[in-house]
Amino acid sequence: MSDMVEIPLHRLAHARAGDKGNRLNIGLFAYYPEAWPLIAGQVTEERVLALFAHRGAARVRRYELPKLDGFNFVIDDVLQGGVNGALNLDGHGKTLSFRLLGLTLRVPEALAERAGP
Amino acid sequence: MAPLLRIGCGSGFSGDRIDAPGPVVDALIAAGGPAALMLEVLGERTLALAQRDRRANPDGGYEPALEALLRPILARCAAHGIPIVTNGGAANPRGAAKAVLRLARELGLPGLRVAVVEGDDVRGTDALDDLQPWEGDEGAVLDPAQVIAANVYLGAAPIAEALRGGAQVVITGRAADPALALGPMIAHFGWAEDDWNRLAAGTACGHLLECGSQVTGGYFADPGFKDVPGMHEIGFPIAEMEADGGFTITKPPGTGGVVDLRTVKEQLLYELHDPAAYLTPDVTLDITGITLAEDGPDRVRVTGARGTPRPERLKATVSLPGGWLGEGEISYAGPNARARAELAGRTLRDRLPMLGIGGRVRVDLIGVVSVFDGDAGILGDTSLTADPADLRLRLAVATETKEEAERAAREVLSLLCCGPAGGGGARTRVVDRIRTLSFMVPRERVHPRVTMLALGDAA
Repeated sequence: MSDMVEIPLHRLAHARAGDKGNRLNIGLFAYYPEAWPLIAGQVTEERVLALFAHRGAARVRRYELPKLDGFNFVIDDVLQGGVNGALNLDGHGKTLSFRLLGLTLRVPEALAERAGP
Repeated sequence: MAPLLRIGCGSGFSGDRIDAPGPVVDALIAAGGPAALMLEVLGERTLALAQRDRRANPDGGYEPALEALLRPILARCAAHGIPIVTNGGAANPRGAAKAVLRLARELGLPGLRVAVVEGDDVRGTDALDDLQPWEGDEGAVLDPAQVIAANVYLGAAPIAEALRGGAQVVITGRAADPALALGPMIAHFGWAEDDWNRLAAGTACGHLLECGSQVTGGYFADPGFKDVPGMHEIGFPIAEMEADGGFTITKPPGTGGVVDLRTVKEQLLYELHDPAAYLTPDVTLDITGITLAEDGPDRVRVTGARGTPRPERLKATVSLPGGWLGEGEISYAGPNARARAELAGRTLRDRLPMLGIGGRVRVDLIGVVSVFDGDAGILGDTSLTADPADLRLRLAVATETKEEAERAAREVLSLLCCGPAGGGGARTRVVDRIRTLSFMVPRERVHPRVTMLALGDAA
C-alpha cells in the first residue's frame, strides 16, 4: 500500500453544472477509473452540502453512475432565487462546478503522480 | 430497414453563434441520405420576454435572430430535402412562420412549406385550473391575474406530424428541447408512441444535441486538463441515428472542437436530476444503462438508453412579474484597493436605509470572491486574499419598483465623488425581472395544433 497524499479533486475529475429553477446539478466524472471509488468514498453528500451551506443549500442527493465513471450531485435551494431571482452575477450557478472541483482528496501517491497536467 | 437518419444541431440557445449552422448543413449534404437540422433558441426566460414583446407588437415575440440564422442555409436545406425544426417561434410561431415565408420569397423559394406547431400557450385556458406542483416548486400558489406567460412543453408528435405532412420548416413555441430531434426520428423511422426504449434513445440523442457545441467541445475547455482545438470555429454536432435506437455523435469534418467520451459524459448529465427518470412529454428516460464508446476520431457511439412510460402530466412554466434589479459596479486598483473597496461597500450599506430602500442587498468584491459566495457574503468576509491589485465592487439590490432600483444604482455612481479615493469606471444597470414557476398540468387539457402555411399567408 503506497502512501496517501492530498490533491485537488480538479486533478482527478472534470465537472459541468446546470440549473433548473432553484436547483443545481453538477455532473462529476473521474478521469481515471481507479479514482471513482476514491471519489465515492470522499465526495459525500454531507461534504458537498457543507461546501454550499453558505448559499443556503438545503439538501444534496448523489446519484452514482459507474458506467460513466461519474456521479450526479443534485443540490436544492443553492441558487438563492435562480436565474430569474438571484442577486448573484451568476444566477445560473454555472461557475459552481469549479467550487466542487476545489475540494481535496486523499489518494495513493501513485495516482497523484499520474493525475493532472 | 430504414436507413440511418442524420440530425444536425445548428444552435444551442438564443445568443449562439449565427454562423454555426453552415458547416453542419454542408456536412449533412456531403453525407447524403436522410437528414434534418434543429435550431434550439428558446429558454424559459427568453419565452417570457418574447410574450412581453408580442404584447407590445402583435407581429413580434419570436426569436429575433431567426432570419439571420436561416438566411445562409434555407435554400440549401430546401434543395437537399433537409427539413429545419426550430423552437424559434417562441411566443408567436405564426409570426415567425410569416417572416420565414417572406425570407423564402426573397430567396426565390416561393413554394417553401412552413408548418407551425401551436397549443403550448395555455394562458387563460382550463389547463391552469388543475395544477400539481413541479418538484422543487412545492407550495407555489398561482394568481391567474399575475400571469405574464404560461407555456406547456409539447412533445415530438406534432413535429413528426408536420414533417409527415411535407413541411420543410417546422416552427414551434415551447417544446421539449429533445423533441426537436425526436420529431424527425419518429417521422423517419415510424417509431410507435409507446416504443419507450426507442423514444428514450431519441430523447437521449436530442438531449445531447440540444445545447449545440456543448457536446463538441464548447463549455468544456480547461487548459492543461481538457484542451480543445479551434474554439473559434467549433463544429456543431451531428447525430447518426439508427433504426434500433443506437446512435453516434460526431461533428462536421474540418471544424474545431472535439467529440470524445468526456464531452459526451458532461453533456449527458447537463441539467438532469434523477438519471433514472428524466421526465419529458414523450417518455421517461433512464440513462443509467447507457454505454459510451469512442468509434474513431470525433465519434462517440451511444447505446443502452432505456425508457418507461411518459408522465401522465405535462410540465408548464408560468412567468410572473419578479420586481426590479438595480446594479452598480465601480473599480479600485493598486495599494490598499481591498480596504477602499470594502469601505465603498460599507458606505453603500449605510446609505440604502437612509434612502428608505429595503429588500435584498448584495455586495461583491469581484477579484476577491463573487460568484462563489452567497448573498450574505460569508466567503468574502473570511477570504484571506491580501490585497488584489485590481478589483471591482458590485452592488445588487432587489426592489419592488423601478424607481427604488434606479435610486440604489445611482448610489454606486455617486461614489465617484462621495466614495473612497481612486474609484473609477462606474456602471449601472436597472432591469425588470420575470419570476418563473413550474407546474404539471393535465395532458388532456393541452391541444397541440399543426398548421401548414403557404406564401399567401406571409402578406
